[in-house]
Amino acid sequence: MMEGNTPRDDAALEFERYELHEGRPYVFEVGRRGFLGLFTGGLVILVTAPRALAQESGRGGRGRPEPPTDLGAWLHIDEQGRVTVFTGKVEVGQNIRTSLAQAVADELRVPMTAITMVMGDTGRVPWDQGTFGSLSTPRMAPVLSKAAAAARELLIDRAAAAWAVDRTTLSARDGRIVGAGARVLSYGELTKGARLAATVRADLGVEAPARWSVRGSAAPKVNGRDIVTGAHRYPSDIVRPGMLHGRIVRPSAMGATLVSVDDSRAKALPGVTVVRDGEFVGVVAPSERAAARAAAAVRAEWRTRPNQPTSKTIYEYLKKTPADTVSGRGAPQPRVTGDVDAARTTAARRFASSYRIPYIAHVPLEPRAAVAEWVDGGLTVWTGTQRPFGVKDQLMEAFSLPAEKVRVLMPDTGSGYGGKHTGECAIEAARLARAAARPVKLVWTRAEEFAWAYARPAGVIDVTSAVDARGRLIAWEFDNWNSGASGIETPYTVPNQRIAFHPSESPLRQGSYRGLAATANHFAREMHIDEVARALRVDAVEFRLTHLAEPRQRDVLTAVAQRIGWPGTAGGHALGIACGTEKDSYVATGAALSRIDAGFTVERIVIAFECGAIVNPDGLRNQVLGSVIQGLGGALFESLEFADGQLLNGTLEQYRVPRFKDVPDIDVILLDRRDLPSEGAGETPIVCVAPAIGSAARAFGRVDDAMPVRLLKA
Amino acid sequence: MPVYSLTINGRTHSVDGDPGDSLLSILRHELDLTGSKYGCGEGQCGACTILVDGLAVRSCVTRLGAIGARAITTIEGVADGERLHPVQQAFLEAEAFQCGFCTSGMVMATIGLLRTSPNPSEADVARLLDRNVCRCGTHPRIVKAVQLAASRMGATGSGGGR
Repeated sequence: MMEGNTPRDDAALEFERYELHEGRPYVFEVGRRGFLGLFTGGLVILVTAPRALAQESGRGGRGRPEPPTDLGAWLHIDEQGRVTVFTGKVEVGQNIRTSLAQAVADELRVPMTAITMVMGDTGRVPWDQGTFGSLSTPRMAPVLSKAAAAARELLIDRAAAAWAVDRTTLSARDGRIVGAGARVLSYGELTKGARLAATVRADLGVEAPARWSVRGSAAPKVNGRDIVTGAHRYPSDIVRPGMLHGRIVRPSAMGATLVSVDDSRAKALPGVTVVRDGEFVGVVAPSERAAARAAAAVRAEWRTRPNQPTSKTIYEYLKKTPADTVSGRGAPQPRVTGDVDAARTTAARRFASSYRIPYIAHVPLEPRAAVAEWVDGGLTVWTGTQRPFGVKDQLMEAFSLPAEKVRVLMPDTGSGYGGKHTGECAIEAARLARAAARPVKLVWTRAEEFAWAYARPAGVIDVTSAVDARGRLIAWEFDNWNSGASGIETPYTVPNQRIAFHPSESPLRQGSYRGLAATANHFAREMHIDEVARALRVDAVEFRLTHLAEPRQRDVLTAVAQRIGWPGTAGGHALGIACGTEKDSYVATGAALSRIDAGFTVERIVIAFECGAIVNPDGLRNQVLGSVIQGLGGALFESLEFADGQLLNGTLEQYRVPRFKDVPDIDVILLDRRDLPSEGAGETPIVCVAPAIGSAARAFGRVDDAMPVRLLKA
Repeated sequence: MPVYSLTINGRTHSVDGDPGDSLLSILRHELDLTGSKYGCGEGQCGACTILVDGLAVRSCVTRLGAIGARAITTIEGVADGERLHPVQQAFLEAEAFQCGFCTSGMVMATIGLLRTSPNPSEADVARLLDRNVCRCGTHPRIVKAVQLAASRMGATGSGGGR
């Protein structure tokens, strides 16, 4: 059960971030061959003990030594009063570029237009573990709030000294310190000619939500104009002087090993360099088109791995192919409460189901891209990633470089959804650039993005439960093979539980996806709960409420039930409902379906979401809508098909993603809890879409115990 | 390689290329007009959408040799100096984007569709923009932006597509 105030134990829960523990994508044979001081004046808020303010998960696998001094700054105010904020968090469409600026604008009392956000440039920002886990709002926003508050207090001190008055008579407003008798000093004036520095004290108070003015409002996306004019340069748009284009020669199938390469035809093409280093085969050419032709001209022979599971045999395979250790980590222990075996023997009724969850692809609209440039033995890479410091580590390792010789820049990227945590494209571009002695741009094709990125894990989930004579759950057993442990706990009150996650060997590369395993686990749990309620002839909402203690969970559930008109079937629609909690936020989703021939169509989705105090209501609404629509894909269409190490539907034509005609009416209910800390919102809204739809579809016949949701033929 | 003369956003450009080269590749790499995006190369996502003689086409599957003298308009050419095109303005006001990678293509596809359907219903928009993918799931706002632009541009469907 959820313990509301306990901080999330990320390392234990997020076992399925497999991509962070992979071995090196390439082992190159090429041999081995300091805080950028940019502030000339003004006020700097320094980072102290930077790693104490950030999580370590994800770094342990590589054992990198710490850089000697990690001096960094969160915030700088220059002599014109312009504010620059430095953060290792990055922008991938979730609009933290705006919401983090709102936190600074509020605490520092400056207009949004005075703030420049520098995000994800490893040469300029403090170290950060990566932008994932819905952590930017609960972790980074408070840090930047405190930095801004520290700056404000220092400016007040300075004005008090300048005017020889008590600091309690002064206030900060609109980029100025204001005193009695209309005395005013702008921040620029206060910092002029000085080099001021302060650190963030942990005990420094920040404004409570009741006193927010910029936070809590729908501030527009700060660089929206650059988006609608096409002016913003995404990673795939970056151009460097003298730049060439790269293309990688890919294996013929997953798990294939290189046998031989005949690059004579490619080498003969004008301006082409062929780069070979161990299993790495790539080309560099003067244009993108020439690079594609050159790569196609390389004749490579691969030895494929026989007897690989297919997308049909994968479920059996995952259950019977355990991985006792995954990348050096032992399997997590089952969580046991009470005595399920004893409870089962006293049960009035028992229920068992087994759910199959396929691999799905992230399909970020911008594929992986990187531009790599070597200058004097130092490497700079522009790339789209959610972990610029993680990619920097990977580059240091791949090329045996010290930290001060590698810089990664992260231009706001065409989405990630958890799929861009690793630096394979950056490493490939850097290897090509090194051979060519020129900057090289590498943009993965859509086919490569399907085949060589990592997928959301497939899984099998067995659920067994038992109720007593009163129809109350007394036993709950939940076994998840491969897909992961996020969201594996149940929010329902059941005195006897055994919950276990079983890591398996995976034939496909797999890793983080929006929501991690919470989508799979919520699907299995909520579909099973719905099945039990139906068998007991109890209302599905009432059954849940009987077993839910947490008021925040009950609130979202009842909000959806009320809005969707539960339990009625107004208009002949079948209704389904599901609820859950993940990443310290709460969600409930309802679906209204209508029958169409042998199938169904989703007419309406109602979603209620609560994540504490809302920072930007418009941005939040956008994220919730986006999660629901993306969730429709996994709920209705998406599934990677494969055989013999090849994807069978690895093109955008064959792999169906939600399009305009697939989007139903979506009714978003946001519960604003100003009395609670702000939590992240990028993931949780996705987790109940599929089970709401699956439950509703049961009105039309037998529903397959699998995602995507399908009616079984009668 | 032959030399092609292309009219793009009202200006003439000379480019070297083969007749089978994709227009998208020429725009992005020869002319540094990076506003049109590569999303799939299959003509399936619409991120590369441009106008050719005012008609929305997917530049990734448009061959250099097939363009001739027709007028190409890219996202870089629809604003009037500092003044945004009404479609751009509508997208901005509706904040009809999240990561924004689909936005150029959505704007261009919208300009194209408003020429022939100046007053589209929600269902019309869903049908006419079906080939444009938004993976972030901003569809409802995009539909609002299209209708907002349509209401401002009126029946004349004016405002762009030089």
